[in-house]
This record gives sequence, structure tokens and C-alpha cells, in this order.
Amino acid sequence: MAALQLEKQRGRYAALAIAAVVIVVGIPLWWKTTETYRAWLPFSEISELDSLQLQLSVDIEVVFSRGTLTPEQQKKFPLSHVNEKEHQLHHKTEFSCGSVVVYVIPESSTLLPEDVKVYVGQRRTALLRSPPFKTSWNLKEVLSNLDVEVEQVVSTMSFGHQDIVAALSNRVRMTKVTKESMADSMRAIKSSPGYEITFSLLNPDPKSHSLHWDIEGAVQSYIQPLLNKLAPIANFSVDSQILYYAVLGVNPRFDNSVSAYTLSADSLSHVINPVEARLGSNAASSNPVLNFLLYVPDAHHSPLFIRDHSKRKVPSNAFHSPRWGGIMVYNVNEMYGPEAERPVDININMAKVMGVFLAQLRLMLGVQHTHPPTGFVLQSPGSAGLADWELDRLLWSRSVENIATASTTITSLAQLLDQIGNIVINDNIAQQVSSAVTSLQSAVAELEAGNLAFALQYSREAILASERAFFDPSLLHLLYFPDDQKFAIYIPLFLPMCVPIVLSLLKIVSEAKKRRADKQAKSD
Amino acid sequence: MDYYNLLTTCAFIHLLVSIPYAYSNYVENKAGQFFSSGHTNNWAVLVCTSRFWFNYRHVANTLSVYRSVKRLGIPDSHIVLMLADDMACNYRNPKPATVFSHKNMELNVYGDDVEVDYRGYEVTVENFLRVLTGRLPPSTPRSKRLLSDDRSNILIYLTGHGGNGFLKFQDSEEISNMELADAFEQMWQKRRYNELLFIIDTCQGASMYERFYSPNLMALASSQVGEDSLSHQPDLAIGVHLMDKYTFYLLEFLEEVHPASQANMNDLFKVCPQSQCVSTPGHRTDLFQRNPGSVLITDFFGSVRKVEITKDTINLTSSLKPLIQRSGSGDMQIESLTYVDQLPVAEIIHQKPKQKDWHPPDGFILGLWTLILLVFFQTYGIKHLKHIF
Repeated sequence: MAALQLEKQRGRYAALAIAAVVIVVGIPLWWKTTETYRAWLPFSEISELDSLQLQLSVDIEVVFSRGTLTPEQQKKFPLSHVNEKEHQLHHKTEFSCGSVVVYVIPESSTLLPEDVKVYVGQRRTALLRSPPFKTSWNLKEVLSNLDVEVEQVVSTMSFGHQDIVAALSNRVRMTKVTKESMADSMRAIKSSPGYEITFSLLNPDPKSHSLHWDIEGAVQSYIQPLLNKLAPIANFSVDSQILYYAVLGVNPRFDNSVSAYTLSADSLSHVINPVEARLGSNAASSNPVLNFLLYVPDAHHSPLFIRDHSKRKVPSNAFHSPRWGGIMVYNVNEMYGPEAERPVDININMAKVMGVFLAQLRLMLGVQHTHPPTGFVLQSPGSAGLADWELDRLLWSRSVENIATASTTITSLAQLLDQIGNIVINDNIAQQVSSAVTSLQSAVAELEAGNLAFALQYSREAILASERAFFDPSLLHLLYFPDDQKFAIYIPLFLPMCVPIVLSLLKIVSEAKKRRADKQAKSD
Repeated sequence: MDYYNLLTTCAFIHLLVSIPYAYSNYVENKAGQFFSSGHTNNWAVLVCTSRFWFNYRHVANTLSVYRSVKRLGIPDSHIVLMLADDMACNYRNPKPATVFSHKNMELNVYGDDVEVDYRGYEVTVENFLRVLTGRLPPSTPRSKRLLSDDRSNILIYLTGHGGNGFLKFQDSEEISNMELADAFEQMWQKRRYNELLFIIDTCQGASMYERFYSPNLMALASSQVGEDSLSHQPDLAIGVHLMDKYTFYLLEFLEEVHPASQANMNDLFKVCPQSQCVSTPGHRTDLFQRNPGSVLITDFFGSVRKVEITKDTINLTSSLKPLIQRSGSGDMQIESLTYVDQLPVAEIIHQKPKQKDWHPPDGFILGLWTLILLVFFQTYGIKHLKHIF
């Protein structure tokens, strides 16, 4: 009897020990081994990024040239503002990126023609004819009068409200959208770390025309300066190809009035697709591609002109498609007579061609058409193809766009990782996210301070890091288990094990209760 | 068959007559359209998820949508085609290199320039989700990626065997409607689409779009929950069913659409009513912002580019040296090109037995001899060793 009792006691201890091991060791072990590795992410800072407050400041320097202000008004200038400098206008070429210098000249000055109020130069400077004011006004009134004019100049040269709203269109729904701004936002290609530019020469009739184009030289002299100037924004790679027997896919109509073939504006949309299938692209990178096609019509369909919607001739003979590229038609029928020996050697005038392509490239890259107010005269961009202040405009909108995109990416990534508990977060992803967050914060700080170049650089780093983190191949959520599947997996494993343990525990408890009841009865 | 030919010729003539009218209409609508649809490029992801010869019809479904999409203008570089099995070159195909969509072999949807991006066992749930969300390894080539941006309209077509809330891939795994909805949400977060049209032709297809919650999605399915999507006709020569009913009538509808067509989504919703399809097709438009009646078929199935005339040019002075004139005869020494002998026939025919270099005996031979020697000495004693050494 005692042995039985001892046996039972040992049995009870064994059951209790097993239950203890299962609960104390087993459950934490199972929890630890089935949890997914999630590196720490700065969630608090990311949620701060969600409510992004951008402050953009532009350094403006207003220089009053001699004779603009009367001596009394000059005297009233607070001392800190007075900087009498004798510098010539042309020599100050290195203005810092993003700054604007406005030279105010007297109203009666003859530097600018009569009806021109402002002359905007190539390198971030502008000449502003002072608005009329009475000599009896004190300084405050003069300055407030000037403020409006200066603001107009600065908004043309840096950014206006519409530009920033368009750049933020990812996050901010544009409520009042003008047709032009919507078309502008659709036309300009999205900010990307790199672009590929492909120049293609389409020769549908190699039997008649043997075309030669010095594309390398043309790219070096005309396109490369622009790309060098745009280097802070993105990396560019340029290539070229020649396609033979490539046809347009649309039959042009012969117009008797000008005895030439014409392509009407509405048939232009159908030109691109058959050609695009033949174009090919560089398979090594996933950068967006901008295609520029030069089409030389075949001898039977020359000359070929493009007509716009009102059936007028288009001087450039070219058209473009937003975010895709441009096509130019180059007629060569005037270069040879009917008696020339076929195939005719033709050298293509690259300056004319590149003039069109450069204009299209500017549009594609987002250098917006500036519609300056009346009385403004803009200096032409020159050989670089891009004035400094136009570049600044682009940089402002690009950095804002980069910051908006990067912050959206980071916040949505954080949200996603929060929601789905099963995704593994590796260390490299956590590192990318942290670096993206710090770059974003630096970019915002630099924008506030007005350092545009640094702001752009930080915003580029931020967007690269955030894209890398978001599109990391390891973040694939394939572990969607509905609850019934989870039960179906665990029950066959744990139920046979748990049933004896639970039953024996219950038995121990019921026996202990009975013993206590017995003891109670005995003592009574 | 003659009647069918007559019909097609009539339709063709009708099309020819109506194209100029459509074009002039198009001009007026163009200005408004530029801003109404908001997309600048089109992409298509077409997936067939079944393998094995008896699922011929799913491959034919996908290829017929591929054909329509290509015909209406989307180039191969913008189409991601995933076919889980190869029917055209299957051993059981009595007409190799063809996939027919209509009995009596009238329409070969395989064509001669099919570009399949994911083939065979590459069509998995994981790859499909990776394509959609963009989380592909860096070594993936361009043709296997969905490089859409925020102004892309994407068409997604899925076909195969499905059930209530899932779609079967390759007979071994499945994708649930929750995963699909999450994938679309991730696409929206990253603004990888402007508008998305989702078409699914499986049994109980409507269950797959029940859980969508991202904006700008429109979905069509061939059957409601609890209904089966049926196949159309078997072809006795090939021996399998060639197409599913819904996609068959969809293909018929799309064959009449041309790039300048003004057919809109309401027409697409009417494709294959219950009288023809036996199952009830369903659609979902509550997440879509525009009115379906104003959405053109070509907004998703075609690729009509927005075009603007280039008005400004930049004046550049020609500073290039004139190109050196190349004379016709060419004073460059071009060596005459010869074909490289891929099969050195001359060597093979006049072959003498080549003197092979002597190699020491291989490991196997060595081991075998060692074994023999060991056994010999084991049996007969070690004293025989002295005869060797």
C-alpha cells in the first residue's frame, strides 16, 4: 500500500515536472523559434515624417545701383544692410545655387528698353527697373513698393506656389488644377536616379538614301553640356542606333496644295507604337528611357510635313509624347536631284536636328515653360541649353519631389511592416531605412537654410536609400496564414502531447481536493 | 465557315468606313481626353496558371488576350506574359507550334512573335507577387519587370483553376484574394499605377476581387461565387477544349476594337451575358474614380499615346567639322568575310586515330588492383611478397 502510495506520489511529481518543463521551457522556446527576425526601425521618427512641414528659403540679394535712391532714403538704410560695393556686373559669376540677385536700376535708366521692366540673365541675376516713386517717400514705402516687383522676379526665377504643389502632387491632391499644370505634370518624367537617352535614326529606304550622321560629335557638343549641368539631378547614359526598313505605321496623305505628304496631328498618336516595338532598350538597367527618333522619309513619300490641329505647318516638323520622347521628320528631297545615283549619300545637319531634340529633352526632363509676366525679357540659354536659374527651378522642384516621394515611401514601408507581423526585417533594410530617415531630416534642414545644392544631394540619397529599402527582394509577404490553417498545423503536433499532461494535472488537482475534503471531514 | 468569312468581310468594310468618322470625332475629343484619363503609358500582365495538356484552354485564353493587346498597340516591352506550360510545343499537340482559339483551327493565337517572359515553372505565386510589387532581385532583366510609374494604366488578366477566395498556381500552390489585395495596395502606396483593370476567368472568379481596397481599381470576373466558369468548345482534332466561354466572347468583342475605337467599359461589362456564358459575369467599379461609361477600352487594352507638337526649338550654331566623305568603293581594307566552320567536317572525315597522351591509371583501376592484391596476400600469406620486391 505504501509502495503504491509512493508510486502515485512519484507519478504526481513526474506529471507536475513535465507540465512545468512544458510551460517554463517549451512555450518560450516555441515562441522564440517561430518568431520572425525583425531589426529595429525608427518608427517614432518615421511617424514624425508623416506630417512633413517644408520650409523653403531663397537667398535674395537686392542691390541698388547708384542713382536709384535719393540720398535721404539711402541714409535711412539700417547700417547692417548697407554694403557699398563696387563690383562690375559681369564678373560675379559664381552665385551660390538657389540664390537670386536683383539689381535695381533707376527708373530713367537706358540700360533696358522702354517697355521692358525686368531682364533675367543667364546666371541667376536680374535687372529690375525701379518702380516709380516719389522722392518724398520714406524708406519703408519705397521698399514695400519694391517688394511686389522683387517677388515677381523671384517667383519666375525660383519657384512659385503652383510649382511646389505640382512637385508634391504625390502626397497632396491637386484640387484646383489648371490644364497647363496638369499637362506639365504629366509631361515631365518622374524623378529617378538615372535616365537613358537613346537617339535613333530611322531609315526606311536604304536603297535610295545612304544616311550619315555624326551622332557622337553632336552629342558631345550639344547634348553633353546640358547633361553635365544636370549631373546633380541624375546620371545620364546616352546611346544611339540606326534602324533600317523601319516604317512609321501610318500612311501619310498627299496634299495637293503644297504638293507634299502630310501627317495630321491626330494620326501622330498611332505612329509611336509600331516603331517602339523595334526600338529595343538596354536590358541591363531599369532606368526610364527617353527615345529621340529622327525619321528620314523614303523617296516616294518625300517631303513629309506634320500639320497641327489647325492644319498649319509645324516649323520644327517634330512632335513629342510625354514621358516617352520625341520624333522629328527630316526631309532630304531637296538635297539631291532626280538624276543622282542611288543610293544618295546624305549628311544630316546635326545642329538643326539637335536644336529640336534639345528643346524636347528640356521638356521631358521637366524644365518647365516659364510664362513670365509681361515686361519680362529672358536671356536665351546659350550653348549649355539651360540657364542657371532654370536649373535652380528644376532643382527646387526636384528636391521637393524627392523629399515627398522618399517620405511617402518610408512611411508606407513602416506602415506595411507594422501591419504584417510575419515579414522578416533584415539588418540591411533597417540600416537603409535609418539612413533614409537621417538624409530626409538633413534635406529638410538644408531646404530651410536655403542651401539648395546640399538639399538636393541629401534628397537624392534619401530617395535612393528608401527605394532600396522598399524594393528589397526579401520583403515579400508570402506568409499569409488564415487562422484555420494555423490551427490545422499546430493541433496534430501539440494536442496528443498536451492531452495526457492536462488530464494528469486535472487528476492531481481533483485528488488534492478530495484529500483536503477528507482531512476536513476527519478533523470535524 | 463561309458565313463567318462573310461576316468578317462585312465587319471589315464597316470598319473602313467608320474609321475616318472615328478619327474626326477623335480630334474633338482629344483635347478633353488628354486630361480625362491621366495616363501616359500602358502595361499588361497576363498570367496563365495551369499546367498539363488538358488545360490547353487556359493558355489559349491568355494568348488571345495577349494577341488583342499587341494588336491594339502595347509593345512587348510593356507586356509581362506568364505561361505555366508550353502547349504549342507539347508532345501531345497534333499541330505543333500552334495554339488555336476556335474550333476548326480558325485562329492561331500563338502567331510568330510571341514573347513569353515567365515560362513553365517560373510561374509561381512568389514571382507573380514580385512582378506586381517590384521586389525583384537586381539581376532580373528588363523584360521580366513591371516598370510602371504613376501614370501607367495596367491590365491584369488571370486565368486558371480557382475557388472561393483563391487561385491555383501550377497545381501545387495557391494565391488568396487577401494576398492579391495586399499586393495591389503596395502598388498603390508606391504609385505604381494610375488605374488598374483586373480581369479573371476562373471558377468563382468574383471572390478574387471581393477584398480589394485600393483606389482606382476596376475588376471583371467570369463567374460569381458558387458558379463555375465553363469551357467553350472542344476541337476533335486536337482533343481538348480550346477556350473558356468568357474569354472566347471577350476575344470576339476585342477583335472588333481598333486603336481609334470609342468603345467604353459599359460595352465590356455586357460581354458574355448569362445566356451565352451560363455563368454570370460580374464586375466591380466602386473603387474606380471615373465613370465606367467614360473609360475607353483602349485606355487599358491599347496604347494610344498622348502627343504634343514641338513648338519651340533652340538655335544652335553648327560647330562640327564636316563629316569625312566616304567614297563608294571605300579605301578601307575590308577583309573578305568567311563563315566560321561550326562543324569541322574536314577534320572528322580525314581523321586518323589521335595519339592520346598517356595518363596514369585512374582511381578506380588503382583501387581495384589494390583490392585484388590484398585479397591474394590475405589468402596466400605474406611470404609471397618477397617474390614481388
